[in-house]
Amino acid sequence: MNLEAIGAIYKYEMVRARRTVTQTIVSPVISTALYFVVFGAAIGSRIQSVAGVGYGSFIVPGLLMLSLLGQSISNASFGIYFPRFTGTIYEILSAPVSPVEIVLGYAGAAATKSVILGAIILLTAGLFVPLHFLHPVWMVAFLVLTAVTFSLVGFIIGIWADGFEKLQIVPLLIVTPLTFLGGSFYSIDMLPRPWRTVALFDPVVYLISGFRWSFYGIADVNVGVSLAMTAAFLAVSLAIVWWIFRTGYRLKT
Amino acid sequence: MNDIIEICGVSKTYASGFTALKGVDLAVRRGEIFALLGPNGAGKTTLISIVCGIVRPSSGRVRVDGHDIVSGWRKTRSLIGLVPQELTTDAFESVWNTVSFTRGLFGLRANPAHLEQVLRALSLWDKRHSRIMTLSGGMKRRLLIAKALAHEPRILFLDEPTAGVDVDLRHDMWQLVSRLRGEGVTVILTTHYIEEAEEMADRVGVINNGELVLVREKSDLMREFGTKRLSLRLRRPLAEVPEALSAWRLELSGDGGELTYLYDAQDAGEGVAGFLDRVRDAGIEFTDLGTTESSLEDIFVSLVRQRQ
Repeated sequence: MNLEAIGAIYKYEMVRARRTVTQTIVSPVISTALYFVVFGAAIGSRIQSVAGVGYGSFIVPGLLMLSLLGQSISNASFGIYFPRFTGTIYEILSAPVSPVEIVLGYAGAAATKSVILGAIILLTAGLFVPLHFLHPVWMVAFLVLTAVTFSLVGFIIGIWADGFEKLQIVPLLIVTPLTFLGGSFYSIDMLPRPWRTVALFDPVVYLISGFRWSFYGIADVNVGVSLAMTAAFLAVSLAIVWWIFRTGYRLKT
Repeated sequence: MNDIIEICGVSKTYASGFTALKGVDLAVRRGEIFALLGPNGAGKTTLISIVCGIVRPSSGRVRVDGHDIVSGWRKTRSLIGLVPQELTTDAFESVWNTVSFTRGLFGLRANPAHLEQVLRALSLWDKRHSRIMTLSGGMKRRLLIAKALAHEPRILFLDEPTAGVDVDLRHDMWQLVSRLRGEGVTVILTTHYIEEAEEMADRVGVINNGELVLVREKSDLMREFGTKRLSLRLRRPLAEVPEALSAWRLELSGDGGELTYLYDAQDAGEGVAGFLDRVRDAGIEFTDLGTTESSLEDIFVSLVRQRQ
C-alpha cells in the first residue's frame, strides 16, 4: 500500500478545500441557516410538532443530509474532474498508485470535508433549535457512511463528466430533488397513501429516516432497512469505481 | 542487464480505429540519452505513454529494468519520471506544494533538501511560494521538469521539453540533462528541435507512421546517412558543368560562380582528392573552397520523406 501517495492526494485536496473555504464551508452553512429561518421560524411556527418532535428540530437531520449529499458529491467530483480537465491526471496515472489508493485519497478527503461541514451545520442548528442525540454512535455511523458513499458517487460523476455542465447535472437534477422529496422537511407518513408508496422508491428516504432515528428515535422506515440501504449504496458505488479502474473508463485509452 | 527499457512488438490502435503504433521493437540502454524523432502524429507520445502506464498497448510487451509494466507496474512506474508535452499544471497551487505532491505520489517521504536542490537547479527556488498561474511559460516548463525529478527517477522521459522555451533556457536544460546522465539517469527525449538531439543524444531512433524506421548511434547515423558538400568558389564563372565532370554529383550556382560537389560522408578521402584532380585537369581554377556536412535535421527529413 502506497500510504505516502494516499496522504499526498488527501493533503492536496484538503489544501484545496482551505483555498475554497467560502464555497466549501461558508456557503452551505449560510444556506442551512436560511432554511432554518424559512422552514423553522416562518413555516415551522405554524406546525406544532412531528411525531412529538418540534418542527425546527425535526428538520435538522434532513437539512444536514441535504448539505452532506450535495457537498460530498460536489467535493469528490470536482476533485477528480479538475486534474482531468487541466491534464494533470497524467501524473496520477503514471505514478505507482493503485486505484484503491487513488479512491482513498480523493473520496477520503471529500468525505472528511463533508463530515466537518456536517459538524459545523449541527453547531449552527444548535443555535436555532434544541438538539437531541438519542443514538450518537449511530448518528456518527450514518454521517460517515453517507459521506463516504456519496463521495464515491461524486468520484464516479467526476470520472463520467466531460464538461462542467455534466458535473452539475446529477447533483441538481437528481440528488437535490430526491433529497427534498425524501423527507427532509416532513415525515413521509404525512403523505397521502399512494405518494407514500412512491416515496419508498426514493433511496434518500432511507438515509434521512435512519439519520433522524439516531437523533430522536423516530423513523419512517425500519432503521435496519435504512442501514442496509446505505450499505447497499456503498457497495454499488464501490462496484462502479472498481469497474471504472478495471476498464480505464474515461481515464485510459 | 544493459537494456533498461525493452519494448517488444508493441502496437496500439485507439477506439477511433487510428493505429498509432505498429509492432514497435526498441531497447534503450541503461544510462544513455536516447532521442526519439518523428513528425507530428508519428507515435512518439503514444509510445512514451505506454511505457509510463498512461495508455494501454493493444499488443506487445514492455519491460522496465527487468520488470513487466503490467505485472510489475508499481516498480516500473516508481523508476520513471515524465515531462509531458503539454503545459499541464494546477494553476492555483504553489510551486513547492506541487513538487511535494509529486514526490508523495511516488511513495517517497518528504525530502525538502532534495526538492530545494531540484528547484535551485531549475532556477525556480525564488518562485517556490508563487502560484503556478503567475509563472511564465518557460518557468512552467521547468516546473514540469522539477516535478518529474522530485522522486529521483532512474529514467526520465522528456516529451518535447524545450517547446516554446527561449535559447538560454534551452541550453540550461541541455546542461541539466547532461548532468543527469552523469548521475546515471537514462534520458529518453522526443523533440522537434533536431539540433537538440544532435547536441545531446547518444543514440537516435526515427519513428514514422507508427513504425520505428531505424535506431542508430548518432555518430553512425551521421556517417551512414549524412552527405558532405565541397564548394568551390570559381575564378571564372561557368555556363554549365563541363562534360569531363559529368560523372560527379555536382551543382552549379545560378551565377555559375560556385561549383558544389556532393558526396557521401563515408566516401570522404579519395573521392574529394580525385574530384579536385579532375577539376584541375579540366582547367577550372578556384579561389576558395569549403566543406559542410548535412545536419541530423537534414538526415531526419530525408529519412521521413523516403518512407512517405
